[in-house]
Amino acid sequence: MVQKVIKAFTTAWKGLSLTIRHLFVGNTKREVLTVSDTNYFKQLEKGTNTIQYPKQQLPVPEVGRYQLDVEMDDCIVCDLCAKVCPVNCIDIESIKATEAIGQTSDGTTKRLYAAKFDIDMAKCMYCGLCTIVCPTECITMTNQYDKTVFQLSDLVYQFSDMSPEDAAEKRALFDKQQAEKQAAKLAAMKQKEGGA
Amino acid sequence: MNYYITYFIAAIGLFSFSAIFALFGVYAERKISAFIQDRLGPTETGKYGTLQTFADILKMLQKELIVPAAADKWLFMLAPAVIFIAVYLGFAALPWAPGLIPSKTNIGLYYIFAIISIETLGILMAGWGSNNKYSILGAMRSAAQIISYEIPAGFAIISVVMIAQTLDLQVISNQQGILAAEKIKFAGFWDVTNIGGLLSWNIFRAPHLLIAFVIYFIASLAESNRAPFDIPEAESELVAGFHTEFTGIRFALVFLAEYSMMFLVSMIAVILFLGAWNTPLPNIGSVKLATWTTGIAWGIFWVVLKTLGLVAVQMWIRWTLPRLRVDQLMNLCWKVLTPLAFACMLISGVWRLWLM
Repeated sequence: MVQKVIKAFTTAWKGLSLTIRHLFVGNTKREVLTVSDTNYFKQLEKGTNTIQYPKQQLPVPEVGRYQLDVEMDDCIVCDLCAKVCPVNCIDIESIKATEAIGQTSDGTTKRLYAAKFDIDMAKCMYCGLCTIVCPTECITMTNQYDKTVFQLSDLVYQFSDMSPEDAAEKRALFDKQQAEKQAAKLAAMKQKEGGA
Repeated sequence: MNYYITYFIAAIGLFSFSAIFALFGVYAERKISAFIQDRLGPTETGKYGTLQTFADILKMLQKELIVPAAADKWLFMLAPAVIFIAVYLGFAALPWAPGLIPSKTNIGLYYIFAIISIETLGILMAGWGSNNKYSILGAMRSAAQIISYEIPAGFAIISVVMIAQTLDLQVISNQQGILAAEKIKFAGFWDVTNIGGLLSWNIFRAPHLLIAFVIYFIASLAESNRAPFDIPEAESELVAGFHTEFTGIRFALVFLAEYSMMFLVSMIAVILFLGAWNTPLPNIGSVKLATWTTGIAWGIFWVVLKTLGLVAVQMWIRWTLPRLRVDQLMNLCWKVLTPLAFACMLISGVWRLWLM
């Protein structure tokens, strides 16, 4: 019994001396170092560990895989990213163009307009599948990770650079072309029938 | 008539002191816990987060007072008041400096012990009135714990009272310094009546009181429901124990009572064992350090300093030691502390008869 009491006091003192050591190192603030720094784990042993986030930021690698970004000039609106996305966070609406509308930087011909290219960052799970399937490598992950917004709807990133009027115009143009083609086809058929 | 005005001033003064102490105490607790765990604690509200607790209390005062539908309304609403008033009344008999005591009664110590036991009643009222399983469990644990720990605490105190031969806290304080009316001996053999300072404190006057002090300190942790004896509040098992259902100002009162209780039990420990408002500096020959540092202002300074030191130790212990189980708690109380306290009382009697 006596031994137990003595042991209780010595172990309690051991703990107390440990915590009082930490109480007095509270004055040294944490230095901001990258994970790759050799002192990264050593400096955690002295001083406090808190990173005061908006004021201090841990440097992230330039090739960090955080938020998605789309280079619309390179996008051929193939819809592959939207199809492969496991959480359906990408929403694409395409309009067929009446003719080839240009080339991407790797030489692929663009034939579709993107009337809508929305990525819902609230749904995104950062799997990176979309960046893998993209044939023109226009959808990438960047090193930006702070996506604090004041409204939930602000988390839906809209990458399409077309205005609704533009989209309506292009749609009308395509419909017109289709109608003309249809008319031409009908006329050709009629002529054929007439000839026969 | 003037008496009444003095009474009101003393009462309001004590209340504002305990309120300010609670605000400061919560801030200190958060900072100490943060540094112990290598965090920073509050930093944003005011310089170094000093205004954090003011902001908290302002928020708390604006909150809705919710009474659960199934609660026993009267018990539920009265409980925080009972808890706080029981602790607050204890402050009435504490001496702050030579000649400065709100209520000079010759049974001060007995009164304080009686009045802070009423806190248990408030806790039981809160637990039962909430009509919540966690609250009632917390309240029952709290009652069991406080009643058990009053026994070692009581005997530790009796061993002091046997040395001092009085229940008057002001007389007990007077005995532990240069203002003593009787002969004071360090460890029973060296006359230090005119030297004073650290040497005439009760724990050095009769060294076995050091053990009594440790017993009282451990028991006082349990009585104020502080870790490692915080099983009535046990966040991880009982949400918040008996004050789970309280909101707004009622919760604030319970919190205020907890922090006032910390100060109260520490101050009793200081008065009984650590020289009360007496200076720790002794008179050395013609360098009369003790005489120079005795007085009303010095008295308040020393007693507050010593008490805050003990409160800091309470916080330090809270953030170091894990919570005891109910059986371990009772084991410690009945099998270790109570026999030791009895032994201290016995030694006190022998000491008084043969060495004083």
